Amino acid sequence: MNRLKLILLQVAVGLGFLLLWHVLTAYPILAPTRQTQFFFSTPLDVLTRVWKEFASGEIWRHLWITLVETILAFAFGAGGGILFGFLFARRELLAAVFDPYIKAANALPRVVLAPIFALWFGLGIWSKVALGFTLVFFIVFFNVYQGVREVSPVVLANARMLGMNERQLLRHVYWPSALTWMFSSLHTSVGFALVGAVVGEYLGSSAGLGYKIHEAESVFDVTGVFAGMVILSIFVILIDFVVTLIERRLLVWRPAPSTNGQG
Amino acid sequence: MAPSAAHRRRERSILMPVSPNAPAVSLRSVAITFGSKVGGYTAVQHIDLTASPGEFIAIVGPTGCGKSTLLNASAGLLKPSDGEVEIFGAPLHGLNGRAGYLFQQDALMPWKTALQNVAVALEPKGVSRKEAEAKARDWLRRVGLAAFVDRYPHMLSGGQRKRVALAQMLIRDPEILLMDEPFGPLDAQTRQIMGNLLLDLWAANRKAVLFVTHDLEEAIALADRVVVMSAGPAAGIIGEFPVPLSRPRDIAEVRLEPAFHHIHKEIWTSLRTEVQKAYAQGEGAS
Repeated sequence: MNRLKLILLQVAVGLGFLLLWHVLTAYPILAPTRQTQFFFSTPLDVLTRVWKEFASGEIWRHLWITLVETILAFAFGAGGGILFGFLFARRELLAAVFDPYIKAANALPRVVLAPIFALWFGLGIWSKVALGFTLVFFIVFFNVYQGVREVSPVVLANARMLGMNERQLLRHVYWPSALTWMFSSLHTSVGFALVGAVVGEYLGSSAGLGYKIHEAESVFDVTGVFAGMVILSIFVILIDFVVTLIERRLLVWRPAPSTNGQG
Repeated sequence: MAPSAAHRRRERSILMPVSPNAPAVSLRSVAITFGSKVGGYTAVQHIDLTASPGEFIAIVGPTGCGKSTLLNASAGLLKPSDGEVEIFGAPLHGLNGRAGYLFQQDALMPWKTALQNVAVALEPKGVSRKEAEAKARDWLRRVGLAAFVDRYPHMLSGGQRKRVALAQMLIRDPEILLMDEPFGPLDAQTRQIMGNLLLDLWAANRKAVLFVTHDLEEAIALADRVVVMSAGPAAGIIGEFPVPLSRPRDIAEVRLEPAFHHIHKEIWTSLRTEVQKAYAQGEGAS
């Protein structure tokens, strides 16, 4: 199947879905249109609303807040995860002692922490950053931990035979290996940072995409809810694209999965 | 054989006398047991082996006889459970800082380019980055990779990666070279080319070499002395054979000499029974 055909099919699926949505809400097929439109809105209304949001400039402020929260949550979560991942991987005793507590903390559904964070950090951005942090931290922590523990023994022995001391091993062997693992989960962790931000906003805030959706929902404005979801999706796709670019730059040394490694 | 440029270079190189009495590597009644001392698996025992400075020793033996174990003991990566390891007359504690190690598997840092991989070997010696990179460039040229300095290991072929590893080891100018079936994973042609490259580089600056291989022909073609080990467990040395072939040698041509056949036959006679023993113990003993 060539690329053009694939894209056409993908577009067809999207258009088909929108058409179905339109037909079912514009004509009284399943229920009176007043009723279906109340619950499902219509694709045209949703798209018009999305357009209006961007045109009026009202949405930018919310996007910016959510973006800042996401970036801060990721930065703190990744920083903490790297620090503790390294520490635990290099100190067997620490890892052994804290193992059950880390597992327990990771098993906790993070949403239940949102009210506590709102209480501690207020309704501003920091309670959302804290929620995102708890999600990102564990992903990065486990990956860095694994990355340091699973350094190839041959590469390590070779580096030691080259005379490297502990500091040089850390810099040339452990650190790059841990980063590899961390970057392999970059999409997941950035995604979770965003989830933390949006869920936090949804549960209590005065700005951000989550707040917009919550606000629309509380006045039964289904069009607004769907419009918020569409904007959120566009936002996520853009962030994911940026992450892919960063990943490609940082992991340039890694073999591409489909090419053969002959130079 | 017509005198080549390599030949003339070898004649010029004079063996540096490194503390004349002390052997570069000396293993004395070494035994290595994995697991507990009683009931553990004894890989090798009663090993006595000496390598003089500038001497090229090949160690052959059936698979699973503990050849690599001996190298690891000489490198300080493994502590012998019994016996002593002495490096230039001094007992070995911790890692052997005077030795370079060429591993069978890929040991390059995959996140560094060929140049970075070779240059980083000089960092522990306190060489500045700029100087290290200049030297690394020179070494990569000497192993024939001048055009590949900025490639990452995955972009290089197996033979090219071995060349980088060779440059990485030699740039530190170690006094002892430990090689663990370094050309094992390569195809026959590449092995010959690598063997000649190794001999060339070694002839220009002779070090004590312990070269482990399961390929008897390779061992004879490269070494001054071939050490034959028995089948494991508890493998020992069952014979040492000086190789009376003149240098410089060409790996491919030397195999055609009558003396080569003679020594090959002699060593193979002692090796054959051990190989058969190893096979009898089941193919899985690798």
